[in-house]
Amino acid sequence: MPDIYFENHANTRVDERVIDVMLPYLREYYGNAQSIHSLGTHSKDAIEKARSQVAQLIGGQESEIYFTSCASEANNLAIKGVAQAYRQKGRHIIVSEIEHFSVLNAARRLSQQDFEVTVLPVDQYGLLSPEDLKKAIREDTILVSVQHANPEIGTIQPLAEIAGLCRERNIPFHTDAVCTAGIMPIEVTKLGVDLLTLSGAQFYGPKGAAALYLKKGIRIVPQIDGGIQENGRRAGTENVPAIAGFGAACEIAAQEMEDNYRHMIKLRERLIKALPEKIPYLYINGHREKRLPNNINISVEFVEGEGMFLFLDQKGIYVSSGSACASKALKMSHVLAAIKVDTAVGQGSILLTLSKYNTNADIDYLLAEFPPIVAKLREMSPLYGYFQKTGQRRAAGPGTDYEHEHEDDQNQEDG
Amino acid sequence: MPFYSEKVMDHFQNPRNVGEIKEADGTGEIGNPVCGDMMSFYIKVKDNIIEDVKFKTFGCGAAIAVSSMVSEMAKGKTLDEAMLITNASVAQELGGLPANKMHCSNLGADALHKAIEDYRKKQGEKS
Repeated sequence: MPDIYFENHANTRVDERVIDVMLPYLREYYGNAQSIHSLGTHSKDAIEKARSQVAQLIGGQESEIYFTSCASEANNLAIKGVAQAYRQKGRHIIVSEIEHFSVLNAARRLSQQDFEVTVLPVDQYGLLSPEDLKKAIREDTILVSVQHANPEIGTIQPLAEIAGLCRERNIPFHTDAVCTAGIMPIEVTKLGVDLLTLSGAQFYGPKGAAALYLKKGIRIVPQIDGGIQENGRRAGTENVPAIAGFGAACEIAAQEMEDNYRHMIKLRERLIKALPEKIPYLYINGHREKRLPNNINISVEFVEGEGMFLFLDQKGIYVSSGSACASKALKMSHVLAAIKVDTAVGQGSILLTLSKYNTNADIDYLLAEFPPIVAKLREMSPLYGYFQKTGQRRAAGPGTDYEHEHEDDQNQEDG
Repeated sequence: MPFYSEKVMDHFQNPRNVGEIKEADGTGEIGNPVCGDMMSFYIKVKDNIIEDVKFKTFGCGAAIAVSSMVSEMAKGKTLDEAMLITNASVAQELGGLPANKMHCSNLGADALHKAIEDYRKKQGEKS
């Protein structure tokens, strides 16, 4: 059975070349980067090389790159660190409602202290309106955080415009670019962002290393107190092998970005076209054009996501689902809820995210195996049975109602 | 350790007694407000014994496995015996369920009991 990995927003397979760069820092150069003997110097050099590679990928200065253990940590550092540094100026923070939980929950934590948080809505495609942001900004706003692209529905925000609004008003602007860095070209100066989060694990680097770009002049309060690592802004012994691997992943990504981008978008377009053709009552979530090259988010009506997920798993196809049943919290994904996907339809949501390693053969295999799985589950589904008999839709239970009219013809064409 | 037991996966992948009974003697339907699952049970009764059971389920792997297991447990039992099938006994027969999926097991027995009550009500109306 094949192993077909379609969960690349969760994590990616590490590039062999990255592993080769990392291994010496596990085997031979194990010194602490803060030690000034020769072994420590090797580690220090590896970190500084990686810093330069990260800076080059996003067009920043080396001195503006701070390594963290993961993107969640970088997001926490950005949100809490800026809030605390600017609290004399104001206590108001703005985020979008489809941010990653490491932004949303960091903001929520601040709102339990003495900060006020405005959570901006998005439209049915997941786009934030710059007009809404303009209206939400106040005299005491000290931070705005809007992600570059959404990991679930792939929607890419009009970031330069959003950043411009903040710049005009001198408000620090942070973006979580975990889904775009290493996948699409990013230039921090062109985007006009003050802080940016990126993670190597999303583009063939190892887990355990991420970074926060912090523009010169933007103040931040460290969230881990300790030694002098990372210029005193992030204490803790550096994870040298992971940071070295992260740096290598940045360099490879910069070199091969265009080819990988084109390759993934070809596969994505195949799926977006073929899936609704092969499976009726299947809808594509997110924006048609302003979309990550590797993201496909679908809702399959009358079936539940976890069932599809498990059957696909049995076929060696690994995906994610945004359905309530598939989540440990038993809640539909906050992103699908934000773009107002009907709960009844959102139950059947599946997320497929591609990498440079996916092939046309992977897509062929999915397209062959997936429709019979849906057919089997629909055969079992009382909701589908009811629809076949009556032509009417009904909800599974209280609180899971249909709220929107479903215009099948239109949806099928759109898909 | 896999998320679901082998037995759950078996019942999920090869569910027993899927379908509807056209002229069912009793039907029961339960929706779950927690996660939006739904189960419909159909029974055929002869001489106070559940002669045939069919179900349809919209829900996760656990919900489907629970329905399948309940249908197997109910078949051939008297109505009174079938009323004694509990959520706990279903979960036990399945070799356990993950903690956050225990609520799914509530649905199966409830839907079956509802079908039995429906049958009894109809019998009462006839006599």
